[in-house]
Amino acid sequence: MSIAAEVVTEAVIAEHRHGFRRRWYRTPSFVGGVSILGTMVLLAVLAPLVTRHDPTSQDLLHTLQGPTSSHWLGTDDLGRDVWSRLVYGARTDLRVAFLAVLFPFVIGTLVGLVSGFYGGWIDTVTNWLVNIVVAFPFYVLIIALVFALGSGTRNIYIAITIVGWVSYARIVRGEVIVAKRREYVLAARSAGLSDARILFRHLLPNVITQAIVFAMSDIVLDILAIVTLGYLGLGVQPPTADWGKMIADGQTFLTTHWELSTLPGIAVVITALGLSLLADGLADLLRPE
Amino acid sequence: MSLGGYVVRRLAHLVPIVLGVTILVFFLIHLVPGDPARTILGNQATDARVALLHHEWGLDRPLPVQYEKFMGRLVHGDLGSSLFYGMGAGRLVVDRLPVTLWLIGFGTLLSVLIAVPLAALAATQRDRLPDHLVRAVPLVGLGFPPFWVGIVLLLVFGLHLGRLFPVGGYGNGFTGHLHSMFLPSLTVAFGIAPILIRSLRASLLEVLESDYVTTARSKGLPERRVLVHHALRNGIVSTVSVLGVNVGFLVGGTLVIEQVFAVPGIGQLMINSIFQRDFPVVQAVTLVFSVMVVLVYLLTDVAHALLDPRVRFE
Repeated sequence: MSIAAEVVTEAVIAEHRHGFRRRWYRTPSFVGGVSILGTMVLLAVLAPLVTRHDPTSQDLLHTLQGPTSSHWLGTDDLGRDVWSRLVYGARTDLRVAFLAVLFPFVIGTLVGLVSGFYGGWIDTVTNWLVNIVVAFPFYVLIIALVFALGSGTRNIYIAITIVGWVSYARIVRGEVIVAKRREYVLAARSAGLSDARILFRHLLPNVITQAIVFAMSDIVLDILAIVTLGYLGLGVQPPTADWGKMIADGQTFLTTHWELSTLPGIAVVITALGLSLLADGLADLLRPE
Repeated sequence: MSLGGYVVRRLAHLVPIVLGVTILVFFLIHLVPGDPARTILGNQATDARVALLHHEWGLDRPLPVQYEKFMGRLVHGDLGSSLFYGMGAGRLVVDRLPVTLWLIGFGTLLSVLIAVPLAALAATQRDRLPDHLVRAVPLVGLGFPPFWVGIVLLLVFGLHLGRLFPVGGYGNGFTGHLHSMFLPSLTVAFGIAPILIRSLRASLLEVLESDYVTTARSKGLPERRVLVHHALRNGIVSTVSVLGVNVGFLVGGTLVIEQVFAVPGIGQLMINSIFQRDFPVVQAVTLVFSVMVVLVYLLTDVAHALLDPRVRFE
């Protein structure tokens, strides 16, 4: 019986995999998302190769210059190369955003899995916690937490985890409540499989899709939060290049050098567009037929 | 169930949530690394001053006693006193709250004015060019950092294009507020409109395929009348819910937008207090923001129950 149950599960997953292999290149949003995000990630990874200046080195004799052959996008108020700071900013912000999404993803998925499966008081407590976190406006809680914990990357991870896990828990819990009444779970149960085996071997692969799709949109939200914290001076600490700090620094020179604030913003928008397209494409591809 | 009964039941649901919110806000101070009193007062503070703050906040007592004290003050409307302004944090919040409410209200109004026509256009022109264009809005729009949109609007409408709008402040009188708050509110609206457009388009498509719309059409009603009187009226229900669900996002956005436009609301108060390490004020604003969100959730549910009586019987 247990083998039968596992076969059913694996057939479902294989169906997903099969569909994935068949159609990914015919899904424009997926291809577009991968291309945009791929370019951004590649630029970030190859930062030392695609830039000619150190992003933190100042040149006070050449401040606020327009584009030249040496400084493609000009220099900022401290004579730092804007292109280098943009590319290294991608390196910082993408790394922090991708790492920041991992903890809430894992914790939220586990909590959602357990509370949806067992119900009862575990579910009641989880719901209570979720409702409390949801009662706070996203930015307000993130900013308040980073303020209390102190600025810096580690505390950004902690703050985003405290706020972010609830979405995953809600999504996975909802999926588990539906899935646990399906035949393959009932079959696995009646075959006497342990709860842990049912949860991780049978339920998890079937409920994780939604969480993965959401994670893509969640990275967008995290990038916005990181950039916002940087803008307020609570995020990644200077002199490390960060898009939010660049926008804030450029705001002083808005009347004369509007590009200093707009370029990093455009970088955020392009990155977010890549992720949103990827999320759309993934949702399309992973949708059960 | 009667509407009154429904409201009472929803209110009862809120009690544990509001209690949890106060616990989280209370614990903020214990997230501060090291001795919170010393961190907040800075290295220059004398031991006596630190000890005084310890006593004032009850930091020298066990946690449950501290929380009891915190709640005791809270139920009497005392949100603590500001370390910087030398007055009650509650007073500071109440003075600035109308500005933030203006921003939220005006922003919501503008977002509806942007989203409803676009969603209606997309839904009626399904899979044609206008639909594709409108569908691209949420995809691109959600990735705009709210404060950056504010800066760009400031650049375009405040500094160029004939300096149509002031670059900051709250203005005087109703028309003054309207004028000064237009750009900040538009920024708020741009933040929430993509979400609204996406949901409203989906619900309009569903409504346009429903039986009663088919009936209206087969009666020979003009398409315009069908859309405005039949489809949109039902679409409003989902607009209200979507706005309600996303109010946290909307309200949180105002925090940074106030900072960009120097709007003297509670968002700016919170950010300024963060830089002054004025912990009680940060706590008070956080609490007020979340209570605001909880109340909007309640209002949304009640509005939903009023507009769609089926909700009450779920």
